[in-house]
Amino acid sequence: MKSLTPKTPVALTRRDLLKAGGALVVGFSFCPALVNAQPARAAIAGPPDPQQIDSWIAIHADNTATVYIGFAELGQGCSTALLQVAAEELDLGMDQVQSVGLDTHITPNQGGTYSSQAIRRGQPQVQRAAAEARQALLALAAERLLVPVASLRVDNGLISAGGDDAAFTTYGELIGDQLFNLPFTGSAPVKNVADYRVVAQPVRRKDIPAKAAGTYSYMQHQRLPNMLHGRIVRPRGQGAYRNGIEIVAVDAASIANIPGARIVRKGNFLGVVAEREWDAVRAAEQLKVQWAQPQALPGNAGLFEQMEAAPTTDRVARDEGDISTFANAAVKTEFAANAPYQAHAPLSPNCALAQVTADSALVLCSTQDVYGTRNQIAGLLGLEATQVRVQYHEGAGTFGHSCWDDAAQAAAMMSQLSGQPVRVQFMRWDEQGWDTYGPAHVGKVRAAADANGKMLSYEYAGWQHHWSLVDTTLQTANGVAASEWPAMNAQQINPLVLGGQYSIPNIRLVNHHVDGLDYLKGAWLRSPLDLAMAFVSEQAIDDLAFQLAMDPFEFRKLNILDQRWLGVLEAAASAAKWQSRPAHATSEPSSQIVQGRGIGLGTHLASWGGAVAEIEVNRQSGVVRVLHLYGAIDAGLVVNPSNVENQIIGQLIQTASRMLHEEVTFNTTNVTSLDWSSYPILRFADSPQVTPVIVQRLNEAPLGAGEEVMAAAAAAIANAFFDATGKRMRMFPFTPERVLAALA
Amino acid sequence: MADQTTLLLNGAKVAVSSSPDTPLLYVLSDELQLKGPRFGCGLAQCGSCSVLVDGVELRACATSLDAVIGKRITTLEGLPALYAQAKGLDRVPQFTPLQQAMIDEQAIQCGFCYNGVLIKATELLNNNPAPGDAEIREAMNGHLCRCGTYPKILSAIRKAADAMGGAA
Repeated sequence: MKSLTPKTPVALTRRDLLKAGGALVVGFSFCPALVNAQPARAAIAGPPDPQQIDSWIAIHADNTATVYIGFAELGQGCSTALLQVAAEELDLGMDQVQSVGLDTHITPNQGGTYSSQAIRRGQPQVQRAAAEARQALLALAAERLLVPVASLRVDNGLISAGGDDAAFTTYGELIGDQLFNLPFTGSAPVKNVADYRVVAQPVRRKDIPAKAAGTYSYMQHQRLPNMLHGRIVRPRGQGAYRNGIEIVAVDAASIANIPGARIVRKGNFLGVVAEREWDAVRAAEQLKVQWAQPQALPGNAGLFEQMEAAPTTDRVARDEGDISTFANAAVKTEFAANAPYQAHAPLSPNCALAQVTADSALVLCSTQDVYGTRNQIAGLLGLEATQVRVQYHEGAGTFGHSCWDDAAQAAAMMSQLSGQPVRVQFMRWDEQGWDTYGPAHVGKVRAAADANGKMLSYEYAGWQHHWSLVDTTLQTANGVAASEWPAMNAQQINPLVLGGQYSIPNIRLVNHHVDGLDYLKGAWLRSPLDLAMAFVSEQAIDDLAFQLAMDPFEFRKLNILDQRWLGVLEAAASAAKWQSRPAHATSEPSSQIVQGRGIGLGTHLASWGGAVAEIEVNRQSGVVRVLHLYGAIDAGLVVNPSNVENQIIGQLIQTASRMLHEEVTFNTTNVTSLDWSSYPILRFADSPQVTPVIVQRLNEAPLGAGEEVMAAAAAAIANAFFDATGKRMRMFPFTPERVLAALA
Repeated sequence: MADQTTLLLNGAKVAVSSSPDTPLLYVLSDELQLKGPRFGCGLAQCGSCSVLVDGVELRACATSLDAVIGKRITTLEGLPALYAQAKGLDRVPQFTPLQQAMIDEQAIQCGFCYNGVLIKATELLNNNPAPGDAEIREAMNGHLCRCGTYPKILSAIRKAADAMGGAA
């Protein structure tokens, strides 16, 4: 590395990183096989100071950059997209930028990777940090080359003075592997959209070749020296959240034939550990435990009745105009429908690895929020937060809060109890049975339009419980009482999905919060509650169009003022070559298999989604097949169109799965859907055709694109069912049994 | 500790010490620390753990070690070598045409299903170089993908068949 001294002081001093006590940031790995292979620029209890450029970007001697990104790669490709943003502002090639794994001792705290916000919140931070780093580098280059900054050009990190090929330097030469030591002010100008060369391009994801080759290290592949394998031991399937788990008796002799296995227990937390994984697996299966299992759940059969009858805490989410206009309207509809609990059901159950000592803990897991998990682990173990280091390693896609915290806590607890590092792999029944499910929903809607098809009034009431705050390991090991998230912190009924798509003068939305302690555990599942709400609401909108003998697309268009809702509506309809006609216009069908098409609008917290579904219904067997789904998203500026297309495809397929197949089953004692047989999902044979449509808006702020077309697609499928059969579904999934009942 | 057992794994003889009743998955993923075959359900329902045994796709979570002694086991890691051998290539390519098609199609989200998907599709294309759409779907139907990448995986398998000359 060349030694370099600026001739005049600029707002930049440089120290040799090694002398400063840090370590060189070398190599690149999203998921290193060994913990020690993590680049350790700032391996101290984090978060690193977000007000320092060095917390975000390091430039290396080989003219590459490491970008410290605080968001988890969940298979959605955000790591690639955020690197595109950094490469754009730094004028580096995509092969010159890299990231490191999320780690509370290395990466900044950008909050959790929730609600499709990695790009929404991450893009501006990464963009401004990169722009500011570039500005500092150009100031250095100007001094070195003795030319004004304005004359400099950057191409792949090569800085040249305009017109003079001889005068050039590189980022690496200027600052390679040294600290900027500059405050991050956010004041550097960012590029004009017109000058983008990397952003808005379908850049290939960096992780795919290793994943295809079988060399990629998922969380499940992480190991530590002297490590034990752990398995949790719980009843098969959770009961009421309030009750947690109660052990009556453990028969230790029942695993005496597995000498490598031993029991670890604290309170009602129970597990087994063994050197060999198979020993841990079979010991957990074989261990005889007597549980107290009270009949404290309503069961599927009594669920909705109990929710509606329960005392609720009510909140008016929106109240405009006068909904009594409903009474005298020309066209009215009243519709009530329900939605089930649904599971995250990652293809691999969660896995975590922990090494706990008297004054420290290292925890590797698949959390979407390393800093949030760190605080919980600290509480569980009785350590300070700064004594706990949490690293994120990618697992199988889970699309919301599955058992990652529970698994991380279980590994930490077993390590504390056994005195060795412990890797805990949840079994299929652990993950399916002890998930924090997407909660069930009861929705009731009344809507009205005038004789010309203009909507007059809209009223929605929704019932559901909240997300669970205390995970099962914490509940059982430390006796922490079950509780829900504070009321205002979570998504409840969503005004954007409940009539918010349309211009309606009189509207009132009421959220009925049911106390969740007497139900299953709950948490956010991709597009939380939106599928349920759109399923109810958009069927009512469709019914108004039907009563008016209007085409459902035309009816919606007539009632939309917002250009971005209109944009996705028209994009989806256009992709599907939508022909105008009222729904279910044909006379009673005579054929056994009938086809239908439907349209819907919805989103999550931002962005706009529109979808069209084409389905067929076998009236004899009750089997519904989704033939083709068209999904359009307007997410503002789309940084990587290839990623977003994949996201739309995934959302459409998953929506078909959730509408046709997915339902958590439970009796009055416990959950009974514990594997892929009792919790089926969509398979290859029934995978519909999909057409993803991106409404690209280069001059609008980038928003989420990971869950914003599911509500629309759910609604489109429901409305297609009506188009095909003339009947409305009042509950999903559309199992043959339910379909035949609806058609009877 | 159990006696040593010798496996024919990815073209090599490998000694292992797991007991004979151990499911092959734990021999491969725990004792040998391979990254291809991976735990998904332990119930032979999802295909995450699939391997080829004498060219036939099997669920390693539900196949005991003693059932595969003397048989040729191929994992995801061994697919390029298996392909090179079948095609009589001088050197082992980095990727098989199927793996390359998956990369080209960007047919992925989390990629956890890739092990089983690639193993099963390799078996399919070995037996039927020019499968129709219905045949591909039927062959793949025992493998689950939670991220919903089925359309792109189907497309990648078709492209791989084309690239290997099957459709000609």
